Amino acid sequence: MDLLGYGAFFLTTALIFSLVTLGLNLQWGLTGLFNVGLAGFVAIGAYTSALLTTPDDAARLGGFGLPILVGWAGAMVVGGIAAALTGMATLRLRSDYLAITTFGVAVVVQLVALNAQKLTGGPFGIGFIPRPFGSLAETPLLFNLSNLAVVSAVTLIAYLALEHLSRSPWGRVLKALREDERAAISLGKSARFYRVQAFAVGGAIMALAGALQAHFTGFIAPDNYLPILTFQVWVMLIVGGSGSNLGAVIGSILVWGIWAGSGTLTSILFSPEQQARAASLQIVAIGVMLCLILLIRPTGLFGDRPRRPKPGKQTKAAGESGAGS
Amino acid sequence: MSLQFVVDGLLTGSMIGLGAIGVTLTYSILRFSNFAHGDFMAWGTYATLAVVSAIGATFGKVAPIAPLSFGWPLLVALVVGMAFTAVLALLLDKVLFSRLRSQGQAIIVVMASFGASMALRSLLEFTFSSRPTYFSRAIQIAMPVGFGIRITPDQITLLLLTAVLVLGVHLLMTRTQTGRSMQALSQNAALARIVGIDVASVVRVTWVIGGALACVAGVMIGILVQIRPFMGFDMLLPMFAAAILGGIGSIPGAVLGGLIIGLAEAGAVQLIGAEWRAAVSFIILMAVLFVRPIGLFGVRER
Repeated sequence: MDLLGYGAFFLTTALIFSLVTLGLNLQWGLTGLFNVGLAGFVAIGAYTSALLTTPDDAARLGGFGLPILVGWAGAMVVGGIAAALTGMATLRLRSDYLAITTFGVAVVVQLVALNAQKLTGGPFGIGFIPRPFGSLAETPLLFNLSNLAVVSAVTLIAYLALEHLSRSPWGRVLKALREDERAAISLGKSARFYRVQAFAVGGAIMALAGALQAHFTGFIAPDNYLPILTFQVWVMLIVGGSGSNLGAVIGSILVWGIWAGSGTLTSILFSPEQQARAASLQIVAIGVMLCLILLIRPTGLFGDRPRRPKPGKQTKAAGESGAGS
Repeated sequence: MSLQFVVDGLLTGSMIGLGAIGVTLTYSILRFSNFAHGDFMAWGTYATLAVVSAIGATFGKVAPIAPLSFGWPLLVALVVGMAFTAVLALLLDKVLFSRLRSQGQAIIVVMASFGASMALRSLLEFTFSSRPTYFSRAIQIAMPVGFGIRITPDQITLLLLTAVLVLGVHLLMTRTQTGRSMQALSQNAALARIVGIDVASVVRVTWVIGGALACVAGVMIGILVQIRPFMGFDMLLPMFAAAILGGIGSIPGAVLGGLIIGLAEAGAVQLIGAEWRAAVSFIILMAVLFVRPIGLFGVRER
């Protein structure tokens, strides 16, 4: 019974990660937009939904006591707007600028979460976030299973919607832009407009995942959204194979399994005072894993990303390959 | 407000500027933004710290040089640390970046640098724990120099050191054949190869300069603030912002950008509060990207 309960708990967390990875896959896998601040967008979603749904709190702004579904919708809207603004600022520039800007977004969101006590509760975070099926909390198994059902349903809907999107004309334009920007533009597609859209939708999905997580645990704090989250999700996507929605989901479950498993292992093998150090070793291992996959099998398990250099960049690519020799 | 923020800002700006030189060189010559650059800083600092303690263990306690908080062991260790960081950068390039670069997708290299940054930083945390340490716990008396400004001997020395290093790198870039080759490669890689520039050696020089200066910046932070595994990672956004503000590829630009951001940060600390310091570089970065994405001294990309 305990095992089943833990299994449900594990799978719920893994599926929430899958949702973030699906959002990243839309941004990176399908459109080629590099987001190293996704923890910021997840945090925006979590905090938005928490603000909208928690009961009134005198110590900070809001606590509007709205229904959970309103919170989730609000999270998607705010997350989408934040992503759209980020995209509009940087998508006319070189791809690296987007990376640097998203990194900055995550830093600023973290700062706001820590310091704007009136809005976010500061370092102590926000508690008493209403949980769906909170009345079932007395029987943990039932509670975990019903949460799993909700999260699975949301992930499935997102998965199907994204599959549909990537086959739709809209998705084909994104792929065309990724593969050969010049050809797509010459067919009259505005590269920047489509990219901002894709980035915004991806940001909205990440924010939704953050909201789901917040309502699942009932408590959020700035520590949940450190750069390590960004890093984990990237490894999940690369392992699964960028470009594939199925890969994103399976990669997330797999990597979260490895992560949770190695976490349990270190807690058995190391004494309590050594555990913080052992945890950092865990990150080293995952970081090395990411680099190895990029070197050895950049397509991951299910990826469809072609390895040929872009035609438009051939001169540059030639210079770079020489630089490496 | 007191004018003290000028000194604080110049010092922070020097640290940011020295780091930004490496960022801007990697970006313009190797064409990717290196997220592991901050961790070069931290590794260089810890290496320097290790050498300082090794010297301390061999020669016993060494008295610091007159008004400063450190003695010759730190100077020796700094040189060793610079060499170590340069080798670290070269090594990482050899096993990771150069291989991915040859596949021709610049953004994959950026991602790899992000992974490498996580791994490097956590390795430091594992080895040295996340507790902050210091080169010296001695407290220096700050001397008043007028206008309500106070400055310590350490701070004066480090400002001078920064000026000398920046001047040196600038002369290297503009007056030597190596520097001219670097500029050529950053402006037009294909043409640079055609005229017979040895690309591999230019790449090596780039990493050596970037790594060594990152180490100096880190040690400055170590002397004036504290040493932590996250010290470099926290400098990443200011360094990127400085490099972009100054214009990618421009060394005077990177340093000037660093000083501007350092002064703005110090001013914000006085006016708004220290907790919002990290937002300053983001605001400046966004402003530059909206108004003048090529930066102060940048050239439009061809």
